[in-house]
Amino acid sequence: MTKTTVPESHRTHKYIDPEKAHQRVKKRVMINNIAHVLFFLTIVFAMAVLCVLIFNIIKDSIGWLDWKFITGKLSIKPEKAGIKGVIMGSALLMAVVAPVTLFVGVATAIYMEEYSKKGAIHALININIANLAGVPSVIFGLLGLTVFGRLFGLGSSILAGGLTLSLLVLPNVVVASQEAIKAVPNSLREASYGLGATKWTTVRKVVLPGALPGIMTGSILALSRAIGETAPLVVLGIPTLIMKIPTGVMDDFTALPIQIYYWTLDTVLTKEYANLAAATIVVLLGTLFVLNSAAIIIRNKFQRRY
Amino acid sequence: METKNSVKFKIENMDFHYGDFQALKNINLEIKENEITALIGPSGCGKSTFLRSLNRMNDLIENTKVDGSITLDGVDIYKDYDVIDLRLRVGMVFQKPNPFPMSIYDNIAYGPRLNGIRKKSVLDKIVEKSLRAAAIWDEVKDDLKKNALALSGGQQQRICIARTLAVEPEVILMDEPTSALDPIATLKIEDLINELKKDYTIVIVTHNMQQAGRISDKTAFFLMGELIEFSETDKLFSNPENKKTEDYITGRFG
Repeated sequence: MTKTTVPESHRTHKYIDPEKAHQRVKKRVMINNIAHVLFFLTIVFAMAVLCVLIFNIIKDSIGWLDWKFITGKLSIKPEKAGIKGVIMGSALLMAVVAPVTLFVGVATAIYMEEYSKKGAIHALININIANLAGVPSVIFGLLGLTVFGRLFGLGSSILAGGLTLSLLVLPNVVVASQEAIKAVPNSLREASYGLGATKWTTVRKVVLPGALPGIMTGSILALSRAIGETAPLVVLGIPTLIMKIPTGVMDDFTALPIQIYYWTLDTVLTKEYANLAAATIVVLLGTLFVLNSAAIIIRNKFQRRY
Repeated sequence: METKNSVKFKIENMDFHYGDFQALKNINLEIKENEITALIGPSGCGKSTFLRSLNRMNDLIENTKVDGSITLDGVDIYKDYDVIDLRLRVGMVFQKPNPFPMSIYDNIAYGPRLNGIRKKSVLDKIVEKSLRAAAIWDEVKDDLKKNALALSGGQQQRICIARTLAVEPEVILMDEPTSALDPIATLKIEDLINELKKDYTIVIVTHNMQQAGRISDKTAFFLMGELIEFSETDKLFSNPENKKTEDYITGRFG
């Protein structure tokens, strides 16, 4: 091997003036501090907006949100109205959305990342999944109305609503799961194959456990989006006032966001409906808070470092 | 053969904590200018932690605490230095080659650009100088626009060294710079380190005792967070004072 000697001129000549560099450090540190403050202000702004929103809603709901409201039946008279049926509707809706979305979404992601050949078709499908995530929810409502409501004859049942919402959030779950699967290092797959494991064993024992936190976080966030969606359900034709409390997935129903929507519309008729809407929003926000906290706890609990 | 070089880093009564865990206990050490100081010891003995405190890389880890004093040319680096200033003077090369996902040219120009050098002609000169100094100029001079990640591991590590040199630091810290490389690439880097000694002060962590013996002037042996022995490399390897040092270098434990 030849010894590389560096010409003297290249070694000793200095291009960076230490004094100037030091002066620049002061400027650079100042710019860094400005960036720090700007980033801090954006979060202050976001928190302030959130606080105003929550404050207003809670103020309107005081005196209306009580146990009787949560366990009571719907009524035209504001002081008698309760949302037990509405909560049941949302719960049953999620009972449909959660398993369907999780199963189909994760299975699609596994196929796309682990099994399918990575060619032009793969890329095309990927782009379309990403595009689907950006389609307005009203369009999904129309699709649900046509396919589930009319073609399958499910009408405006919980099943029809749940399947529609599943379609709506599936792209998000697929993309989140794909990213989580991609983040599992290839060396782990190779270690598993190197021991004679099949693809399915590798996916089940190595890839999925590694990707689980990402998949769970993505799925729970998707569920919290589904629970707050209004437009697709409105398009499906959910009845305005349902007195019966739903017990199965074929029943007609109403859900939290829908009820908020109708009560807000009817505020022009009866002023107290605004308070009912506010109280329902508090319940919905509470549910979202619980769901998102669960997402964060699950992510932290299962978080792995490679 | 005690050298007359002046003291670059002076470390006195240094303790280091990760939370409740004490990683370094009462370290006292002098690192001299234009010398290569090797840090050896078994995994987890604190040698990397020590290296990373010399340019305050440990600041990036939460819940760590440094006690005692570390001075660079007599100035306390934890009290009287802006950390950015410090890192301009004390560069670092990491264990795994970590070039940025950009062209070779942009990798090298990253540091000089931070320091306000915008002129293409000057940048060109710095890039050439640094790549030459890192002994990789001849291999990449026609491909400066190529993505640095497309190079081999040994070449990537020399790009990383060139990137460090481009900022014109005074001290270069190296954390096992050859552990991910093949023997030929390792020899090239060792050759290079020897060459760089003329202009820089080098502190290198290595797991390879032959490497420490081949390239360093002084060697420090760490064990369980303590500095067991520090002396001329020849002396430490041929005639260690401490029984633990002898056991380690003869392979009786560690």
